[in-house]
Amino acid sequence: MFPLDTRKKPIMESAPSPTSGTITLHINGEKHTLSVDHRTTLLDALRERLDLTGTKKGCDHGQCGACTVLIDGRRAVSCLQLAVAAEGREITTIEGLADGERLHPVQQAFLDLDGFQCGYCTPGQICSAVAVIEEHAAGWPSAATADVRPEAGPPPLTAEEIRERMSGNLCRCGAYVSIVQAVARAAQPTDQDGAVRTTAGEEAAA
Amino acid sequence: MKEFTYHKAHDVAGAVALLGADPEARFLGGGTNLVDLMKNGVERPARLIDVRDLPLDRIEPAEDGGLRIGATVTNSDLAAHPDVRRRYPALAQAVLAGASGQLRNMATVGGNLLQRTRCGYFTDVSRPCNKRRPGSGCPAVHGVHHNHAILGASEHCVAVHPSDMGVALAAFDAVVTYETADGPGRLPLADFYLPVGDTPHRETALPQGALITGVELPPVPVAAHSRYRKVRERASYAFAIGSVAAALDVRDGVVHDVRLAFGAVASRPWRARTAEQALTGARADADAFAAAADAELAEARPLPDNGYKVTLMRNLVVAVLTELAEEAAR
Repeated sequence: MFPLDTRKKPIMESAPSPTSGTITLHINGEKHTLSVDHRTTLLDALRERLDLTGTKKGCDHGQCGACTVLIDGRRAVSCLQLAVAAEGREITTIEGLADGERLHPVQQAFLDLDGFQCGYCTPGQICSAVAVIEEHAAGWPSAATADVRPEAGPPPLTAEEIRERMSGNLCRCGAYVSIVQAVARAAQPTDQDGAVRTTAGEEAAA
Repeated sequence: MKEFTYHKAHDVAGAVALLGADPEARFLGGGTNLVDLMKNGVERPARLIDVRDLPLDRIEPAEDGGLRIGATVTNSDLAAHPDVRRRYPALAQAVLAGASGQLRNMATVGGNLLQRTRCGYFTDVSRPCNKRRPGSGCPAVHGVHHNHAILGASEHCVAVHPSDMGVALAAFDAVVTYETADGPGRLPLADFYLPVGDTPHRETALPQGALITGVELPPVPVAAHSRYRKVRERASYAFAIGSVAAALDVRDGVVHDVRLAFGAVASRPWRARTAEQALTGARADADAFAAAADAELAEARPLPDNGYKVTLMRNLVVAVLTELAEEAAR
């Protein structure tokens, strides 16, 4: 489809048409109330209506992962999520990951290990990686997991596991080698000051 | 995209009533296929009924000892569920082999069954397609069809069903449950997808206005020894060019029980009953596996550019069954 610019559509708030409506989105801990045409995706609402342009539009068809955000703590592609259907859900975008001036460990790892080149796919990569680490910690298997039976226990987060789990995020620059290392680093336990205690994961991922 | 009205359903009866018999209304689950098709203009619903919040998000033990999987269970939750991973590992593997982590978090079991083919002619509204516009023709038969059907297709449509999950469900005799204004109903997965024939636009046997409420998996002891193997054109995050869900129980070197289903070879997940019959009671060795695959694939009718799938499926069957037999021997 063509990018939908809802700003160009007259929206009459006093007499809403049945194909549009006023919704409240919970994004990065804040409530945003806006009128949307029902066709508006969450991605377009973020970028075009709420000035949250950290989330990127790549393919707009759910095939590249550039628009990845967290919805109720789970990663999702915002280009296939209708904004109206996201009402009431907790949405976290790349803008909401840092704690004040302190970057999220995944953001810091991407910076430290050059997990990007042009940077366009990076917000999606980082949001996806945050969820990958949580999914792995919750014991979720992946297509790279040799034995999915629960008795087999959680698989170690090897480079192969990271590549499979991150496969929904494409990087046209091909920064994958560094991305895998950054995800492995971020998945390591950290000291109170945020320093990584061990580089075993990076070695395993190299 | 065409404008549409949006309704959030809070209970099954309400969702079914909202849809009514409106042919321009669609149920919205995760939206990973429907919203994309709306962007392409393939789907042009005037009304969306969001069923994502219906109380159908549970995986529970069934009275018969099987599992009942709610229609709004996400692919992620299905694949992560301990009972699925322990008792039907090929189902967990099949779901994990599909799409990406993001899409699996959004996609639902009910939507997975109703997703549409990814045939490039179907998704391009500027091209003819008998599935999208009945009677307009099928360019794939003489066009790009290297990933199209070799089994059960017709001159009117050679598209394949894209689901991985459905292949494992077919192998394990899953039953689809649904609700209509006239009450509930059940459809074995084997009868869920209609033969292509000259009506490729009619894809399922679901009654008009029906809402899928879940999938029931019967107790299938052999399913505990199962696996799903998918072949695709890149290492991950791509649709299959061929896949196999297999379960095998070998006793004293002889096949006691076997389940086989193929993906990406037909308009529906393809239960390989001919191969299963050939194998039951046979010696569990590579020759028998190959002979069984050949028996199933004897009715394959490949197109000029997808004959490789016959060889691919034969090799896949032998490889997966050999692995399962070796596992059983340990």
